[in-house]
Amino acid sequence: MARTTAFKLSALYLLIFAIFSGIILGYIAWNTRRLLDAQITETIETEINALAEQYRQGGLRRLVAVIERRGRQSGSFLYLLIDPRGDAMTGNAILRVPVQSVSPGWSEMRYNWPDEGEERGRRAKVRTFILPSGLRLFVGRDLEEQDRLQITIRRARGLSLLLVLLMGGFGAWFVTRRVLKRVEGVATTSAAIMAGNLSQRLPVTNTDDEFDRLSLHLNAMLDRIGELMTGLRELSDNVAHDLRTPLTRLRNGAEGALRKAETLEEAKSALERAIEESDHLLRIFDALQMITRAESGNLATSLKPQRLEDIVASLAELYEPLAEEAGLAFDTRIGTDLVADANRELIGQALSNLIDNALKYGVKPAGEGGSLTITAEKAGGQIRIAVADRGPGIPEDKRAAVVERFVRLDASRAKPGLGLGLSLVAAIARLHGGELRLEDNAPGLRAVLVLPEVTDSAARTLAPGIALPEKEA
Amino acid sequence: MKILVVEDDPEAGRYLARALNEAGHVTDLAADGEAGLEMALAGSYDVLVVDRMLPKRDGLSLIMALRAEKRTTPVLILSALGQVDDRVLGLRAGGDDYLTKPYAFTECLARVEALARRRNPQSAQLTYKVGDLELDRLAHRVSRAGEDIPLQPREFRLLEYLMRHAGQVVTRTMLLENVWDYHFDPQTNVIDVHVSRLRGKIERKGQATLLHTVRGAGYMIRDPGR
Repeated sequence: MARTTAFKLSALYLLIFAIFSGIILGYIAWNTRRLLDAQITETIETEINALAEQYRQGGLRRLVAVIERRGRQSGSFLYLLIDPRGDAMTGNAILRVPVQSVSPGWSEMRYNWPDEGEERGRRAKVRTFILPSGLRLFVGRDLEEQDRLQITIRRARGLSLLLVLLMGGFGAWFVTRRVLKRVEGVATTSAAIMAGNLSQRLPVTNTDDEFDRLSLHLNAMLDRIGELMTGLRELSDNVAHDLRTPLTRLRNGAEGALRKAETLEEAKSALERAIEESDHLLRIFDALQMITRAESGNLATSLKPQRLEDIVASLAELYEPLAEEAGLAFDTRIGTDLVADANRELIGQALSNLIDNALKYGVKPAGEGGSLTITAEKAGGQIRIAVADRGPGIPEDKRAAVVERFVRLDASRAKPGLGLGLSLVAAIARLHGGELRLEDNAPGLRAVLVLPEVTDSAARTLAPGIALPEKEA
Repeated sequence: MKILVVEDDPEAGRYLARALNEAGHVTDLAADGEAGLEMALAGSYDVLVVDRMLPKRDGLSLIMALRAEKRTTPVLILSALGQVDDRVLGLRAGGDDYLTKPYAFTECLARVEALARRRNPQSAQLTYKVGDLELDRLAHRVSRAGEDIPLQPREFRLLEYLMRHAGQVVTRTMLLENVWDYHFDPQTNVIDVHVSRLRGKIERKGQATLLHTVRGAGYMIRDPGR
């Protein structure tokens, strides 16, 4: 119990609360006392002024008469006038101090009323004067009232501190319990998730507080992990399946050649086929590795502001002869100032895959009137690079599937390909914070690479290219 | 040519060394990074072929140590890490070219020979001449038998690269890397179409063949007279 964060937080909260309450209450008590003290001083001061006035007007006799009269009133000041020998001339109080040696000014002393016995005495605040004739005048005020108030305040202080502690304790316990209950909820759920139940999600209360945001982030993370796990599982199934085929072909070819090849020529051509087959396998591995790298986000640091029109133009130029050779009308419409955070190599690879697909699948069976159009433009903070063909296209319900790894629509797999091209493009798009959209070109397919545009003028100052060693000049 | 191969896998190392020997080069083999650095500093090699992951001292550190000693011997990095950022790291460390394992030996040989040629001062010429084909880098002019051949800028760079490596095999990936500056695998014969177009422009009917296709490797431009 004492080790839980709830307890520690409550205790800490309470301690701080108590310290501050104590300081505030103490300050109030001290201030009250000071105020009372000042008040007493002031009343004594006023009384003394009045007495001085009487003395000035009527001399000693008048003073004595005034003191005697005033001294008899209830709740009066206490007065004492003594002659230089120490005998009381008049007064209403007996001071329990050696009166002759009291120096003039303020002091606190004990006294008794004449009708009281000689007990411990009462406290009084007294001002002492020495009159010109050597007489000493004491004027004071009882402090009992002040003491009583002091006691009341002290008692109230103790009580309120206790109350504060109780309320604070309860408050702290309530708040921390409420907070930690939600933390506990997160802990319980994550324990369930760790135990293997990946479908569990953290509770969200829709209050949009810090805990909700934490839960939402963690849930998004869990979704992503779930996706990756599913992807990984499917991938390993697909890898097993898709690698098995070429590996079997490779093995059968080698075995067949070993058994049947009689001439050197036959053996050589079997070996060449084996190399081709292994190259194909290596390409599959390369593509898979590339997809994994792009999806894991490892390459995100390699993104630099780039002019995408340059990349698109160079790819278009690279593929134009091939498209014309395939009998396609080749057309490009490339905008300007298309700046995005990009990796030139990866964008180039993605476009190469898209154009490659268009060349492979975008040709009309009759071989007539096909076209390949590459466009790049920006709109609404996005850069859209599209590769459009006039081939059979992809039915809407299959578009999501072709982006998956190893999915190829021609069941016969007659055309060469890895079934990884679009997956890689999609992974590259995601790495760049964008997406791959497959749209109907009516007829044909339009594959659109949508990337976020860099509009911030500071970021647009194009980073200098990665310093490669000088090419052969 | 004298070549040092630094490769820790004994089979891969022996295979590469033997193949380079068969291609007419003298080859030494080092099995770890320390030995490789020592031999590279002691001997005078034309090209180093360095594996990236080596025991004792990794390939990149070897190259950096070599460059710190002001040795400019060209280095071809071999690596199983073929991704974009790895290549950049390798070249930044002072490597001159980068080849991903597994590779075709013809690709490796072509690159080693291209690197060795780079040291040769004649490679920085302003004009190239192969047979009766001439290329002027300053004037951006190409002519054959005295007759001007108009070329697109990219075709010009393609021909320039081929002629700079005249008599050597130039692979398709080398062309993609050096003429287009892309390092990915295009998976199609995209380079072949560019080369055949170029060939159509520089070789008229009745003229001798200069631009040859080397089966299973790439292309070579060569003086028919030699």
